Amino acid sequence: MRYIAVLILAVLPAFCFAQDWEDQQKFGANGTPILRILSSTDTSFFAPIIDSFIVGQPNVSVEYIVTGTADLDNEFRQNPDRFDVVISSAMDLQLKLTNDGFAQRLDGISHPDWAQWRSSLFAFTTEPAAIVLNAAAFDGLATPRTRQDLIEVLRANPDIFMGKVGTYDVRRSGLGYLFATQDARTSETFWRLMEVMGSLDARLYCCSGDMIDDLIEGRILVAYNVLGSYAEGRADTADTLTVILPSDFPTTMMRSALVSKSASDPALAEAFVNHLIGLQSGGARAAFPLPPLNSGQDPTGQSSIGLEPALMTYLDALKRQTFVREWEEAIIQD
Amino acid sequence: MTGDVVVSRSLRNRLAMILTGGAAVLAIVLFLVVRAYAAQIAQQGQDNILNASVSSILDAAVLRDGEVELDFPYAALSMLSTDADDRVFYAVYEDGALLSGYDGLDTQDDEAFRSMNYDGSTVRIATATRTLVGANVPRRVTVSVAQTQDALSGTLNRISTNVAVFGAGFFALATVLSFWATSTTIGQLRRLTTSVTRRGPQDLSPFTKPVPTEMGPLVGSLNNLMFRLDQSLKQSEEFIAEAAHRVRTPLATVRSYAEATFQRVENTENRDALRSMMRAIDESSRAAGQLLDHAMVTFRAENLDRIDVDLNDLLRDLVQRMTPVADMRDVDFILDAAAPAHLHGDPILLQNAFRNLIDNALKYAPADSIVTVRVQTAPDLSVSVTDQGKGFPPSEINKLADRFVRGSDTDGQIGSGLGLTIARDVAAAHGGALILSNRSEGGACATLQF
Repeated sequence: MRYIAVLILAVLPAFCFAQDWEDQQKFGANGTPILRILSSTDTSFFAPIIDSFIVGQPNVSVEYIVTGTADLDNEFRQNPDRFDVVISSAMDLQLKLTNDGFAQRLDGISHPDWAQWRSSLFAFTTEPAAIVLNAAAFDGLATPRTRQDLIEVLRANPDIFMGKVGTYDVRRSGLGYLFATQDARTSETFWRLMEVMGSLDARLYCCSGDMIDDLIEGRILVAYNVLGSYAEGRADTADTLTVILPSDFPTTMMRSALVSKSASDPALAEAFVNHLIGLQSGGARAAFPLPPLNSGQDPTGQSSIGLEPALMTYLDALKRQTFVREWEEAIIQD
Repeated sequence: MTGDVVVSRSLRNRLAMILTGGAAVLAIVLFLVVRAYAAQIAQQGQDNILNASVSSILDAAVLRDGEVELDFPYAALSMLSTDADDRVFYAVYEDGALLSGYDGLDTQDDEAFRSMNYDGSTVRIATATRTLVGANVPRRVTVSVAQTQDALSGTLNRISTNVAVFGAGFFALATVLSFWATSTTIGQLRRLTTSVTRRGPQDLSPFTKPVPTEMGPLVGSLNNLMFRLDQSLKQSEEFIAEAAHRVRTPLATVRSYAEATFQRVENTENRDALRSMMRAIDESSRAAGQLLDHAMVTFRAENLDRIDVDLNDLLRDLVQRMTPVADMRDVDFILDAAAPAHLHGDPILLQNAFRNLIDNALKYAPADSIVTVRVQTAPDLSVSVTDQGKGFPPSEINKLADRFVRGSDTDGQIGSGLGLTIARDVAAAHGGALILSNRSEGGACATLQF
């Protein structure tokens, strides 16, 4: 709850400035050098990571700026010299940034091959997309375990769920777009689910946090493709939520970090990435509140979305246009 | 005979250098050729994948409501994943205008594959074009896919390393082989050299051992040269023998006349003149005799007529025959021959050699002295003749046995300088040697050791 209070306090002044960041915080002494981190991850998750980094380097101060994945990509492409480290959950956008030469090669970091690309982009978490339910609403209903289950439950109870289902707006959220395209790539079930959700007048969100807020508040009862880690973070405190990792096929992304090619202090930025990677393998939950990298494959035989150039496929303008149109046709039914 | 030879570079080194140099050149050529070939194959592999990617993108192009749609498959870029995480760029053009993808991927229709520089990296780019026929006008859709070459250069480096190791191994092996080949070849020459060196001084017979074809002319010339040398040596020796023979008979006649005249002449002056004359005639006839002896020894030494010779008998006979000459000079002989001494050799040559030694001893022995002839059987069979004279001049002792060399202190003694030469040649023909020394108590000692 303390983090939420901090979050609200931090978000309020942010709205007053011209740049409408979701959050902007400074850590450490007011001196130099300043490490400027542009991230899509809520400050609450990163505060302990940054704190432990500063403990080792007392002179360093860190500016942590939070924004949505799509906005982050946009902002960084326009001003690559304004940020030192870029952290995002939208793997496809991160990979494209790296492919387009925005990232710096960090040869001093040793990381497994599957969790890095070109020694420039480093994955440091493994986080599944989850179905999150309002537990109270599902009291009399069978808890869905797969997407198919969810489709059936939603179809059978339109009166309960009308206007009370939510998912990412893929047009606004980079991560939502990544989850949606990967789902669509894996199974046709995705499209049927979107149609069902569209018929129930689904609410569309920019971020996982908002969806979870609305779930807790009861404004929606089901959220699809929410970040499991965010939901688990809340589920620990609120019994109102049930987090389900669909058993038909998991969609799992890796949060990744890169150092800007025009970083003002590359060595400091590299040290931070190294610190980040070191913490995730350390396994201490308090020091690293995000789920660590999971090298093992899922029991269903599917691993995380791979860090490979193919991620750029759905970022193609023509392809995106086609996908978004289909998605709109499915989910927006006026 | 060890004369100075003008040597210009070593055949062995030259051969080894040519062979190892050739191997080095071959190794380098091998390295370059294999590397170039590997580069070509690796490039072909990348081109094939790029081509497949382009085709799969191009295949997905469709015209819908007059608009080009391109829902290309995930695999189109997925197939471009490499170990080195190569960067991938692509561009889709419609009638030359960029539809989507990366700007600045310069495409030229005439070439399917090209290498170019894009965003600071060398990329390989594949391009293909397809014409979509819609309701109105045909549209030309061009797709280019480019990929950096990190994985390719990694593969090439690996291949280069392997080929370099292979080439170095090849070179090392070739070097070893070339040294072996060189020493084998040079070995033939060395063997011939050894057999030439080992020959005795008189051996001028042709080489009969088989030699490699290439050495045939050399050995042929050598044999020819030796044959001519042998001929000319024989001729000159025959000439000397003939000359000595022809001179000796008239000399004997002249001497007998001189002696007869000496008996009749009263005048002291004339008698002195005749005495000098007889003395000169003696000297000449002795020299002629020794020249004949020497020619005989040289001839017989080549064709030894070996029988079992009792040295004691032979020496006793010799001493007995020379005793009158010794008596004239008041010199006594001692023959010290206790143990039986037998030698498988040519008695005529042996007798000639011993006579020359005893003759020498008598010449230089002072009056009332003793000349000892000693036969020893242990450790080796040897015959020594010693006198009690002044001994050999120490500075010349090594040269005295050479032809026509006489000591510097011969005090007008008659001599030709061939006596010791004959003795030495006889000893050599029997596989022995002539050893000259001075005795500590005075006097010369000449030993024939067999």
